[in-house]
Amino acid sequence: MSDHEYTPKSKLGKWFNDRLPILTLGNHLTEYPTPKNLNYWWTFGGILTFCLITQIVTGIILGMHYVAHADLAFKSVEHIMRDVNYGWLIRYVHANGASMFFLAVYIHIFRSLYYGSYKSPREVIWIIGMIIYFLMMATAFMGYVLPWGQMSFWGATVITNLFSAIPIFGEAITNWLWGGYSVDNPTLTRFFSLHYLLPFLILGLVVLHIWALHVPGNNNPIGIDIKKPSNDTVPFHPYIVIKDLFALLIFLIIFAFFVFFSPNILGHADNYIEANPMITPAHIVPEWYLLPFYAILRSVPDKLLGVIAMFAAIFVLVILPWLDTSKVRSAIFRPIYKQFYWFLVADVLILGYMGAMPAEGTYLLIARVATAYYFLHFLFILPFLGKREKTLDIPLSITEPVLGGSVNPAMTKNIKDKV
Amino acid sequence: MIKIFKTILVVIFISTISSFSNAAGESEKPLSPGWSFKGFFGTFDRASLQRGYQVYTEVCSACHSMKYLSYRNLGEPGGPGFSKEQVKIIASQFEVTDGPNSDGDMFTRPARPSDKFVSPYPNDQAATAANGGAYPPDMSVLVKARSGGADYIYSLLVGYEDPPEGITLDDGVYYNKYMAGNKIKMSNPLSDGIVEYSDGTEATIDQMSRDVVTFLSWAAEPHMEARHKTGFRAIIYLIIITIFVYFAMKKIWSRVETKV
Repeated sequence: MSDHEYTPKSKLGKWFNDRLPILTLGNHLTEYPTPKNLNYWWTFGGILTFCLITQIVTGIILGMHYVAHADLAFKSVEHIMRDVNYGWLIRYVHANGASMFFLAVYIHIFRSLYYGSYKSPREVIWIIGMIIYFLMMATAFMGYVLPWGQMSFWGATVITNLFSAIPIFGEAITNWLWGGYSVDNPTLTRFFSLHYLLPFLILGLVVLHIWALHVPGNNNPIGIDIKKPSNDTVPFHPYIVIKDLFALLIFLIIFAFFVFFSPNILGHADNYIEANPMITPAHIVPEWYLLPFYAILRSVPDKLLGVIAMFAAIFVLVILPWLDTSKVRSAIFRPIYKQFYWFLVADVLILGYMGAMPAEGTYLLIARVATAYYFLHFLFILPFLGKREKTLDIPLSITEPVLGGSVNPAMTKNIKDKV
Repeated sequence: MIKIFKTILVVIFISTISSFSNAAGESEKPLSPGWSFKGFFGTFDRASLQRGYQVYTEVCSACHSMKYLSYRNLGEPGGPGFSKEQVKIIASQFEVTDGPNSDGDMFTRPARPSDKFVSPYPNDQAATAANGGAYPPDMSVLVKARSGGADYIYSLLVGYEDPPEGITLDDGVYYNKYMAGNKIKMSNPLSDGIVEYSDGTEATIDQMSRDVVTFLSWAAEPHMEARHKTGFRAIIYLIIITIFVYFAMKKIWSRVETKV
């Protein structure tokens, strides 16, 4: 980690640190050299850590009052909302916290896509991040089932039914997941158990994610390798700590607005109707953050291929470091990639919107085009573009463009000399 | 170049969305009569809540249960504001089954404030059977369980009409322009003067609809006033601390020649 050895000042500190070097770790975290040109898109890592802790803390408290039983779950949620002291606050923080968590993670992922943070030598950070994202979706899905409302029940039915598309073993696997022949009490209890477990796996992966980050250090908006520590870096504390805190507070104001003044706007009204296996809601829609994948799933006519497409949509992200062949990281120096990047953003937003609409007519057609474009972007455009695109000259260090105002052509070299 | 490109993208995206949302929907958009409990400082009108409770007990509760509420809730802060004595009297007008007693028998007794609202039917099946096959939904969280919320339920209550020509209705089906598909199995529950308000307010359909929807909104979200109050304080606090942190950040970063 740190280049220079750290020695605690106190005798006790030294004695302890020789046996468990936790003070060395603390020193590494405070001294950690960070590029000084990080913009606010880089503050979402800290925000996400905060979100995870918030979800775990509020979730543990909710778990004290919630009853995981098909006959009692809905009632126990109303008990939390009405009779538990500040139960309404804890539940609304938890429910909206999930949405805020995903909002932050999407910004975090798209920041990485823009500035090429997934590229060498940060592939492992990226892959761990994708596993975290996948586990987040699984956790959120199972959490949404717990209140046992209509959307909980039917959402669970639709998603678990996907596994029945697997040839030969499909039905057996689905029955095994359900613990019976339909979504019922055994499904609810296992989802509760797993919903409690997965966040701790995510927490462990977050530690690995940060550990892997601290080996090469942060990427930065101009995407160049920098000397650390140097003129281009600042110590994590206090510079990045205070900046992350400021961004977190802004984020919290938006978060608080949802919790206190619009707590149900991101949810679906049908989930306040108790689950009823006899009545299917008019439209079964997942939570907003899963909609793009839901649109991909439904845009493929064949069930099995739809499921494969949905998982492939996540898998192409995992192998992204090898699909993007460009050596230049930041989109700032990739004029063509920058345009395709915004195309992708629009494409994902369109997919999200189509996921909320009924899969028919024009909606379905647009969803299909958007799905095709999604894969086109990752599987064809990125590999091809990296080889053909004429990139702009990139600066040698962060200090140059910052101090010089604009990039000085005389001070720069072509990227080929650098890598 | 990029800016223009992005603007075009956004315009296309927004226009696609808006053109789609226009296409949907056959029932009319709900009315918005304006509610005192909406907005940052929204609070419930106590008199309206009490009148709404009266409409609920005298009209709605004949078919609709409200099983997640207790009589004590009627006297709790942020609610209709009945006094402790009034709540006791209200509760005692209902009979609940309790037991078993020491002889092993079930018995009935007058309800206490701690009891849940007594349901009109022993179970959902009985409720469905007694209402021509349509289950009258529990009203505890009804306002949150319908998209459109308070506006939608208010509109539904004032939206009964004779069916337009060409539409024939089966027995036990009624025409309502705000209902999805325009057909509803609940007959028009309100008529002018169906309840007699003790505070002298004229019991028009519109007035009763407002009152009962106010009551149902409170029932669905009994801590709404506390939420608004806490939320206002929390956001003010966050804004102040954000300003302090901003200046602290500026000060710290002034040591480095980089803008934050």
